[in-house]
Amino acid sequence: MKLHEFQAKALLSARGVGIPEGRVALTAPEARDAALALGTNKIAVKSQVLAGGRGLAGGVRLVSSPEQVETAAAAMLGQILITEQTGPAGCRVNRVLVETEVRAARSLYLSLSIDAARAEIMVLAGAEGSEDIERRLQLGETRLERVSLGTGESLAEEIVIGLAKRLGLDSALQSSFAPLLDQLRKAFVELDATLIEINPLVVTEEGRFVAVDAKMIIDDNALFRHPELLALREEHDGDEIELVAQNRQLNYLRMDGNIGLAVNGAGLGLATLDMVHAANGRPANFMDIRTTATSLDVAHGFTLLLNNPAVRSILVNVHGGGMQPCDTIADGLGIAMRRTGRTCPVIVRLAGNNAEYARFRFANFGCKVIDCPDMWTAVTRATSAAQSNGERA
Amino acid sequence: MTILVDQNTRVICQGMTGWAGTHYSAAMLQYGTRIVGGVTPGKGGTYHLNLPVFNAVAEAMNETGANASMIFVPPENAAAAMIEAIEAGMPLIVALTERVPVQDMLRVRAALKQSSTILVGPNSQGVLSPGVCKIGVMATGSERKGQIGILSRSASLTSEVIAQVSAVGLGQSTTVGIGGDAIHGLSMRDCMQLFLADQDTHGVIVIGEIGGSEEQELAEFLMGIKPDIPIVGLVVGRNAPTERRMGHAGAFAQSAASDAESKINALKEAGVIIARSPHLVGEAIREAMSVPA
Repeated sequence: MKLHEFQAKALLSARGVGIPEGRVALTAPEARDAALALGTNKIAVKSQVLAGGRGLAGGVRLVSSPEQVETAAAAMLGQILITEQTGPAGCRVNRVLVETEVRAARSLYLSLSIDAARAEIMVLAGAEGSEDIERRLQLGETRLERVSLGTGESLAEEIVIGLAKRLGLDSALQSSFAPLLDQLRKAFVELDATLIEINPLVVTEEGRFVAVDAKMIIDDNALFRHPELLALREEHDGDEIELVAQNRQLNYLRMDGNIGLAVNGAGLGLATLDMVHAANGRPANFMDIRTTATSLDVAHGFTLLLNNPAVRSILVNVHGGGMQPCDTIADGLGIAMRRTGRTCPVIVRLAGNNAEYARFRFANFGCKVIDCPDMWTAVTRATSAAQSNGERA
Repeated sequence: MTILVDQNTRVICQGMTGWAGTHYSAAMLQYGTRIVGGVTPGKGGTYHLNLPVFNAVAEAMNETGANASMIFVPPENAAAAMIEAIEAGMPLIVALTERVPVQDMLRVRAALKQSSTILVGPNSQGVLSPGVCKIGVMATGSERKGQIGILSRSASLTSEVIAQVSAVGLGQSTTVGIGGDAIHGLSMRDCMQLFLADQDTHGVIVIGEIGGSEEQELAEFLMGIKPDIPIVGLVVGRNAPTERRMGHAGAFAQSAASDAESKINALKEAGVIIARSPHLVGEAIREAMSVPA
């Protein structure tokens, strides 16, 4: 679960990490009031979207009066922000963070993340933090220092001092770098984070560390032990489709084609996408039905597909396993077809556990499906059906 | 021969008294797997599925002579269950549990370093040697005893490939779902090593996907040893949607390129025969094994 900047900062601040003074605003007048309350005329107005690259895309403005804050906020709120990381569809800005601009004597880069290959927590730190650090790393213009935190149980003093030296921090800063890194380590472990990135980490003229930006990702699989974080999702303005998917044991991603795709299992799903592309078809979505989904969950998923006007045919590629037999999927599809009354061609390929019984279930529902014996036949049938669909509206 | 499991494999089930443990243990008993007991803290001394239940793994090993454990413990306690089995010196653990928190797996991997246990999974489909032993959640029916080893990161795609291999007249020595999570136990490379050391595995199918760098590590290993049996590869995800990502410099700094193309190229260079499409894996292994159509 990605967190908004303001959410990440609040969590870090509660653990002692320095952040700029700031407030969240939902409207332009609120933003103006927030600026007045800050009592400064060096103010940053920052769009709150769950993607990076905001600065380069115009999602962050530095202004010098509450009036200018109001104008800047009005220009951002309700608009779609498109950054390098949002994709062409962009993200809608529903909140801005109004913050005191921090004067930087130096800007650093600091992140904690999981190194999957080594199975450890790693710290990456750079002597130069900047918005375009990914590009600069690629060009070899800057570099990151790496240290391991192992499982994150503790932080060895010599590791911190060594790192601080390599970043060129003087001895005064070295001694305040250690507690900062320890606060971040604790936050990472306590919150079950998979990423905490502070870029830039500013050193102020007074020699304090301030997290001027913060990104945080929480491990979805660990949310069961963080009910307090689950509540943050309410501020995420996720669209309705994603919400249905989340609640119904589905992995759903929107795409821009016309074939509604449903599979069971990520690997089989990726394989099906590759085959659809090879057949010159264009998927409208990627829907992976998790093994824990019930037939009613599956019905909600298929309803999303059937209610999408862009969908011209539906392709169901299922290999029934020990956890989820084919008939669970068939029942879900049957319910959704009956409920929506949609008549677009439904091409199914059923194999594995209870495939035969699933066919019987379709017949019981009175559902017309095109039953294909293998994956490739199903993919090509779905592709041609999407191209020539003369479905009655 | 097989890898990881054989007719002498004696299995205990951690979490046997739960829904999943009960359901799949029953299915495995029916398949012929020698399940000798279960472990559920607090239920020691009782019987479930006519098998003795113990409070702890070490006790279950002592009493039953078990040499493998399968884990159906829910994600909340799955890592603790794995660590308990590792510390008890269990030779083989197959963890079927899905959605184990990643930081928990850091501790499991740290525990593995101090031991000689082989951990398969978590989020694994399991291990299946047709007609010999099944430890997992896979449906059975399309598998066939034979000489092809299958090594995979995914579940339903593995079942699909097993069916394709059987359909071209070949069979499987052992199929191993190493697990779909970023951090897991047995690696592709180590699993391949087991297959190459097995006299009765005459060909191997590797099913990879985007993400991580295990396919590249496998390729590097194969480059070094030049195996004398055919290896067929499939890497899926070339056309995966680019999910709205929250890019960060850390991901970049780590990147051994994790896209399908880089993986395919690395495997090709190492002599792996890449199947042209997911529906042609059976054909590819048939050709590679020179079995007439």
